[in-house]
Amino acid sequence: MALTRQDVAKVGLLARLALSGDDLDRMTGELSKIVGFVSQLEELDTNDVAPLAHPLDTQNVFRADEPKPSLTTAQALQSSPRHDGSCFLVPAVLGESGAA
Amino acid sequence: MQPLELSAVDLVAAIRRGDVSAVQVAEAFLARIEKANGAINAFLHIDREGALARAADVDARRKAGKPLGALAGLPVAVKDALCTHDQPTTCASKMLAGYRPPYDAHVVARLRQADAVLVGKTNMDEFAMGGSNENSAFGAVHNPWDLTRAPGGSSGGSAACVAADMAPVAIGSDTGGSIRQPAGLCGITGLKPTYGRVSRRGLVAFASSLDQIGPMTRSAADCALVMETIAGHDAGDATSLADDVPRYTEMLEKPLTGLRIGRVAAHFGPGLDPEVAHGVEEAFAAFKAAGATIHDVELPHAKYGITTYYLVAPCEASSNLARYDGAHYGHRAEPGRGHRSSAHPTGEFESPLVEMYCRSRAEGFGPEVKRRIMLGTYALSAGYYDAFYAKALRVRRLIRQDYLDAFAHVDLIGGPVSPTPAFPLGEKTNDPLAMYLVDMYTVGTNLAGIGGISFPCGFTKGGLPIGFQLQGPALSEPLLLRAADRYQQLTDWHTRRPKLPA
Repeated sequence: MALTRQDVAKVGLLARLALSGDDLDRMTGELSKIVGFVSQLEELDTNDVAPLAHPLDTQNVFRADEPKPSLTTAQALQSSPRHDGSCFLVPAVLGESGAA
Repeated sequence: MQPLELSAVDLVAAIRRGDVSAVQVAEAFLARIEKANGAINAFLHIDREGALARAADVDARRKAGKPLGALAGLPVAVKDALCTHDQPTTCASKMLAGYRPPYDAHVVARLRQADAVLVGKTNMDEFAMGGSNENSAFGAVHNPWDLTRAPGGSSGGSAACVAADMAPVAIGSDTGGSIRQPAGLCGITGLKPTYGRVSRRGLVAFASSLDQIGPMTRSAADCALVMETIAGHDAGDATSLADDVPRYTEMLEKPLTGLRIGRVAAHFGPGLDPEVAHGVEEAFAAFKAAGATIHDVELPHAKYGITTYYLVAPCEASSNLARYDGAHYGHRAEPGRGHRSSAHPTGEFESPLVEMYCRSRAEGFGPEVKRRIMLGTYALSAGYYDAFYAKALRVRRLIRQDYLDAFAHVDLIGGPVSPTPAFPLGEKTNDPLAMYLVDMYTVGTNLAGIGGISFPCGFTKGGLPIGFQLQGPALSEPLLLRAADRYQQLTDWHTRRPKLPA
């Protein structure tokens, strides 16, 4: 199964990975090979088999809805590339300006 | 008293009795690390000061007659995928270079409560993705048995540091074989517990339905000792099992008479190195001599294990690794230079924020991590989800059912842990698919959520360790540990040590 360069560019954006032209060329080849390999599963008839996403039967596990101690603001921000002491700072979400 | 030669069980007892101080033990291992790590590169971070302070505290409390934890004074190395609040946690990725987590992983906290002495963080494949430890952003690990060969992966640093006596115990994680395969290639013992037996809180997530933390040591008895500390329920991990933790160390001695071990003929097919096959057959013979019976079993869908795994794991990884966005922690690209967007005809990103995400991730992640994120994103994307991800989940159920059917007839399943002994560094780095096949005997355990242990069962003529794997039903750790321990009472493969350059 062959992926096109356009397929890989689209997946790169979905995955939030900037890919250079060389990256695109290499990944188009590599991913085509790997996707071809995993397509081996097509030979199995699984129409009557339910998907198994998880080895445990557990569904949702809830705890009591009570406040508990958690990280302080300073701890949460301690490894942030940019912050102002109370918020994470990021470049503009819309448009061109206001990059932090 | 030479601390490097004692088992973890004996070290803990010797420290408790006062035959040796915790500081003397820490100094012996730290000296060994200083001498051997340059050639092996098993450690990404060594906490000499912290380890000595911790050991001194254990000695002081012992002298004062105060209570001590179950692992008091025992040096432990921790895979760099587990969060430590006082040491960097990088997952061997440039993305997390220098990152200091604000909290300890649950397993790390338990080790500290048990008064273990954490000596450092071990090298690994980046984000635990790999089978050779060559995907580390901080350099490959060298196998102590032959420095030109890979130690296996992804817990290659943990395996190599135990094999080279740099620590008596290391903690690893196993998503598709990452404890058992490097243990096999480095001649040590590694346990991948049942999914949920050990809390994953604070383990940097790779594939959350497969990841499991476990001990890597020189013997099954040492694994049993460590499991008593790290296993057990944690309210902070929704997938943590509530079942009581057995006294593993007290359940090792019962003879193997009547134990039924399954042998899968397909394990001995193409791709299996003849010397490995021979070593594994000898191990079956030893188990038979110890009173076990060997039975043919089939795992008809095992041949789809690798393909299923290489869909499920990348899909989960692509979602888990979305958190590395350059905003909250980890690497952030400097604005204003670097790639243009390949996805847009103009080369422009849709916003400065998206550009920051895309470029931070492109700069921070290595090639294998990017491959898996791309594969997972593709397999989960509109139009492909059913054909790839949902299909893999259906086959995953078939694979698990194979194990349930087999365990109706046998207690454990034995076989090789890896198709070859340790391979030369560089041999598979240009062929991702060849690298994926090193996990062919181990991924089924994770897909089924059951337990597995690997331990040495011989050596090749070239002097490389050969690993044997036992797989058992969910929560069969007492039996897995007992079977491996009984084998180790009859053989001495696990006591062999590599000769390292002085």
